[in-house]
Amino acid sequence: MAHLQELEALTKALSGLGIDEQSLISILGKSDPARRTTFRQRSTHFFIEDERSFERWDDHRINLLRLEFVRFENALVLWAMHPWERDARLVHEALTLVPQSYRVILEIACTRSSEELLGARRAYHSLYDHSIEEDVAIHVTGSERKLLVALVSAYRYEGPKVSEDAAKSEAKLIAKAIKNGDKKNPIDDDEVIRILTTRSKPHLKAIYKHYKEVSGKNINEDIEAADFILKETVECLCNPHAYFSKVVDEAIRNDADHNTKKALTRVIVTRADVDLKGIKEEYNSLYGVPLTPKIDDNVNGNYKDLLLALMTRD
Amino acid sequence: MATFVVPANVSIVEDAETLRKACEGWGTNEKAVISVLAHRNATQRKQIRQAYWDLYQEDLVKRLESELKGDFERAVYRWILEPQDRDAVLANVALKKSSDYHVIVEIACVRSAEELLAVRRAYQARYKHSLEEDVAAHTTGDVRKLLVGLVTTFRYEGAEINTRLAKSEANILQDAIKDKKFSNDEVIRILTTRSKTQLMATFNGFKDDQGTSITKALLGEPADNEFKRLLRIAIRCINEPLKYYEKILRNAIRKFGTDEDAITRVIVTRAEKDLLDIKELYYKRNSVPLDQAVAKETSGDYKAFLLALLGKQD
Repeated sequence: MAHLQELEALTKALSGLGIDEQSLISILGKSDPARRTTFRQRSTHFFIEDERSFERWDDHRINLLRLEFVRFENALVLWAMHPWERDARLVHEALTLVPQSYRVILEIACTRSSEELLGARRAYHSLYDHSIEEDVAIHVTGSERKLLVALVSAYRYEGPKVSEDAAKSEAKLIAKAIKNGDKKNPIDDDEVIRILTTRSKPHLKAIYKHYKEVSGKNINEDIEAADFILKETVECLCNPHAYFSKVVDEAIRNDADHNTKKALTRVIVTRADVDLKGIKEEYNSLYGVPLTPKIDDNVNGNYKDLLLALMTRD
Repeated sequence: MATFVVPANVSIVEDAETLRKACEGWGTNEKAVISVLAHRNATQRKQIRQAYWDLYQEDLVKRLESELKGDFERAVYRWILEPQDRDAVLANVALKKSSDYHVIVEIACVRSAEELLAVRRAYQARYKHSLEEDVAAHTTGDVRKLLVGLVTTFRYEGAEINTRLAKSEANILQDAIKDKKFSNDEVIRILTTRSKTQLMATFNGFKDDQGTSITKALLGEPADNEFKRLLRIAIRCINEPLKYYEKILRNAIRKFGTDEDAITRVIVTRAEKDLLDIKELYYKRNSVPLDQAVAKETSGDYKAFLLALLGKQD
């Protein structure tokens, strides 16, 4: 029976995010050849029966495992980095993975303060000898280019002063563009782009508020049908905690793909010094369960310990 | 190289006192104002403002604004502001007249990346909006795309040139010109994101390939619309700012009815930078020293102030 428990423990140690190094050492490390054979024979998702009568590692599995082993290292390296370098590297990496990674670019452009974004742009110069907008413009095409280049170039006013009249009329403009969505994609509307990429965040929050009065629905409900990138842009700008909660939840799910999983490290590490507390509260209110125990359950090993350390620092 | 002359021994406190005396009582002693301010560099002017405040609890700038008039007042006001604040004011004023948008192009393209950043900060502090916000709100269509792109870029400032890239982007520009699609996304991308050194290599490559400079090539049909005009100005400001400024002065002085705003702008913004080189260029091109041309077309205290900035010592 100890065998069965050990097998389960090993399977768990190798599943989910990160690797449970301690369990692997204490169980597999201490195992004799017979135990290991049993492990290979029973772990059919890791090993395949070779035609020459031995159990062979599934190569695809090895590659996936490598990614899990390295999750801790990547998180630590990212954590130690200066925030500017962090953001610059994240954008640069995202540009090699477009278009699946558009989200990373707009996340960084929209959730950082004006000075933080500026810092990232400086670091980008140092690291890559190009400006961030230069590289975004080259790697992103179509309608998304206009949006993303403008988002990374913005230096938004950060004061509280908002013109309610302008916010009201701009809410109307956006509502009209969304309503026209079947004829023209709102992301191609110059006014939508202008508003989202130049207005201050307090101003945009005022627009968010007025939108409901103008259109009857919340802007993120209306925009749902329109354009995924636009929706995430609005979310990042007006309700970042909800956005981050959603991204983290997707990363922990069983069916998450490689890029989606990477977001867990990205969000926890980049927000740990900023607003993790707010994100945890929003997560709880959105999903009905607290985030910290969820991480505890679904993440393994040193990687988990690092994330929990970042999350419980108050 | 700077043109105006700063005396070896400067006493900031004495300067503040001199200016106070010049403003006291009936009328103003404009000669005294010129004798001090036109012979102090940016650091000294800032210190004088501070000393004036410390001594008299009054903002020197506001005092001068109320004491002086006309072109002279506008020139002194712009001169006494710090460079980034000055540019912010110039940009804001330019936005009010659509025929003045080239001033925004000038500021965006002649200043270094860091200087432009400082202008954006100063603009926010003064007007509680971001520069791009206001530029976007006052413009539409292609002009908006170009201007917003130019004011938001944070160009890489290194000297590296990618010759292959320069060639390929020169071809893109050539194709756009051939197809008369001057405002296509690629033209704007190249102009608003590439580093200045890279752009100059591109423009040189264009000239070598096509036998004519890109600005000349842009002169063909259709006749200059606003976008084309601003595009050519952007290219000239990036490629040959001295020649650009010389032409501005030449036109401002030659025009029936002198354009004092343009003369003030060029002299005040370049006096601490490269006005000496502009003067040499002017003389070469017009066979008349700039001082003489300015003296002929202006009068009174305004003239005296400009000549002092141009290097005249009393």
